[in-house]
Amino acid sequence: MPDLTLLPAGAAGTAIETKRLSYAEAVNHALRRALRERPETLLFGEDVAKPGGVFGVTKGLHREFGDRVFDTPISESAILGGAVGAAMFGRRPIAEIMWIDFSLVALDQLVNQAPNVRYVSRGAVTAPITVRTQAGNGPGACAQHSQNLEAFFAHVPGLRVGMPSTAQDAYDMLLSAVWCDDPVVVIENRTLYHGAKSDVRLGGEVGPIGGARVRRGGSDVTVVTWGAVQNLVLDAAEELAAEGVEAEVLDLRWLNPLDLTAVQEAVARTRRLAVVHEAHTFGGFGAEVVSLVAESGLDLLAPPVRIGAAPARIPSAVSLVPGVLPTRAKIADGLRRLVRGETVRDAGVLR
Amino acid sequence: MRSDTPTLLGHFERMLLIRGVEDEIARLRTAGDMVGSIHLCSGQEAVYVGAVAALDLSRDAVFPTYRGHGWALACGVPPEALFAEILGRVTGINGGRGGSAYFTAPRYGMYGENSIVGAGAPIAAGAALAAAFDGSGRVAVAAFGDGALNQGAVHEAMNFAAVRGLPVVFVVENNAYSELTPIADMTRNPELFRRASAYGMPGGRVDGNDPDAVARAMETCVRRARGGGGPALLECVTQRIVGHYIGDAQRYRPAGDLDRAVAAEPIGRLAERLTAEGVAAGELDAIRSRVADRVRAASRLALDSPPADPATALEHLYA
Ligand SMILES: Cc1ncc(C[n+]2csc(CCOP(=O)(O)OP(=O)(O)O)c2C)c(N)n1
Ligand SMILES: [Mg+2]
Repeated sequence: MPDLTLLPAGAAGTAIETKRLSYAEAVNHALRRALRERPETLLFGEDVAKPGGVFGVTKGLHREFGDRVFDTPISESAILGGAVGAAMFGRRPIAEIMWIDFSLVALDQLVNQAPNVRYVSRGAVTAPITVRTQAGNGPGACAQHSQNLEAFFAHVPGLRVGMPSTAQDAYDMLLSAVWCDDPVVVIENRTLYHGAKSDVRLGGEVGPIGGARVRRGGSDVTVVTWGAVQNLVLDAAEELAAEGVEAEVLDLRWLNPLDLTAVQEAVARTRRLAVVHEAHTFGGFGAEVVSLVAESGLDLLAPPVRIGAAPARIPSAVSLVPGVLPTRAKIADGLRRLVRGETVRDAGVLR
Repeated sequence: MRSDTPTLLGHFERMLLIRGVEDEIARLRTAGDMVGSIHLCSGQEAVYVGAVAALDLSRDAVFPTYRGHGWALACGVPPEALFAEILGRVTGINGGRGGSAYFTAPRYGMYGENSIVGAGAPIAAGAALAAAFDGSGRVAVAAFGDGALNQGAVHEAMNFAAVRGLPVVFVVENNAYSELTPIADMTRNPELFRRASAYGMPGGRVDGNDPDAVARAMETCVRRARGGGGPALLECVTQRIVGHYIGDAQRYRPAGDLDRAVAAEPIGRLAERLTAEGVAAGELDAIRSRVADRVRAASRLALDSPPADPATALEHLYA
């Protein structure tokens, strides 16, 4: 007889417990739970079933759930379009696009198709799909395996977009995405998959999508960030703390829905704003955050700063990458100058 | 018709060079000198050496995939420039911008690897489209794997080339796997060359572990395309004798599969054939040691050259 106090109300048998998990294991737990508790879910993509995923994230799920977890041909349009169609007819597909760069060969399904289903039918038909993908640079990766395209998706009304950066968020946000009745793109990061394990609370109530989180308190400057680059931001914040500057780090987590209140409250406290993302600065989502803060009329002590990738394709050589992508040193330097009131215009932005 | 012994000895040496370079890359990657995902082509050398033997690299254009080291070497890219590229050195073929999976060597007729499955096929059709207007007589080669045949871009490229009668040869490197998934889980008809007829172009299958057979089949396709006969699809049946990437434990391969692939690999097979044709063991050994020396020297040269300079990372984005 299981201990009934471990079963949360309403959840079909997923015990509340805390486990030490890697980010990849946390995703695996979320997928297993979704497949168990929501019989209408399907999980498919390239190499996800029998091989258990090229990063091992979907290991064991095909064995447990059989045909609801399957391998597809290398056909991203069929994967995403198939997800849209199945969702219109009552399934709740979780589709994997192995690298966000590959979503581009099937962007039509995510831009012209999925978000229109509910809108045009005025809710008569919906397409609750979850697209799991992963983005960002890793050592040696080429220009077609390194991009951060969250702004593409965030620009499309009707698509929800989240970027988990901790193991707990990898679990929570994926479940929120699957439970959500909108098309949701969850952008993971492969450099986080097999990092250090952390305590992950499993089995709790699945929350709605949305909500930013303060990762570090500080009164001198607010850094709004998301995704894996956040770890560089936290390191840079520690560097500054040693110099007597306290940075508050706000993890946006979801770009859509955007927790503007959390951003406004944080910036109102510190009156200085920096946005850091790994994606290109020009036309990036940081521009949206800065604009929204500007429109809020908050009285800032200094002009806001954006720190992101300089305009270039992403080179493969490890020595070239710091010439393009944000580094801990560039972030620390940008924050330092912001606090000192120096102009920090990133020369790379407008090149 | 069978090729003469000197031609076969040339194939032998070029295949050995590719194998030697890949083995050295595996060593450098395992030692940590190289980083990231690297896809070796060991076992598939006959496809590259055979296909390139049928080309005129002064005007033809090859568009391979991320598994492109063999194509590059067959096209004549110096091994030191390839090593340096993957090591991220200034002397790399693209100064470290491309890396293992996305370098380009246009000087050698090798117009770029592609790390987006299937994306090279329409571009190859475009190179052939240009040929229809520039009088060059160029033939474009789109090379891709068995799995890429399930990508929409490849079908669009084949139909586009067929309807315009473009001089493209679609070379399918059928190694029976797409990453970690076997071909049986990907398509119902394992005879991939049959897809050609759906687009009204000729298609054929060849033993992709026999460089001579590949070269002769390729010559037919190239001659036809150059003469205005339009595109063709050539399926080369082969196997990789290594993982999809360095570090791939290949647990998805059934028992005996890898052993069979190793037994059928093209270099040992060609050595046997050459021996049967009367080439002395000493002559083959001399080639082996010449290639080994070349690989060793090239690797050392690349390792000795400086890393690419981050201050140059923003150059060459716009005209
Ligand atoms: C559009 C796209 N989808 C998926 C991938 C990931 N991927 C890289 S290689 C590969 C397998 C390709 O198999 P195949 O075409 O048979 O070529 P092989 O690797 O066997 O040479 C996949 C799925 C990719 N690079 N691009
Ligand atoms: Mg293959």
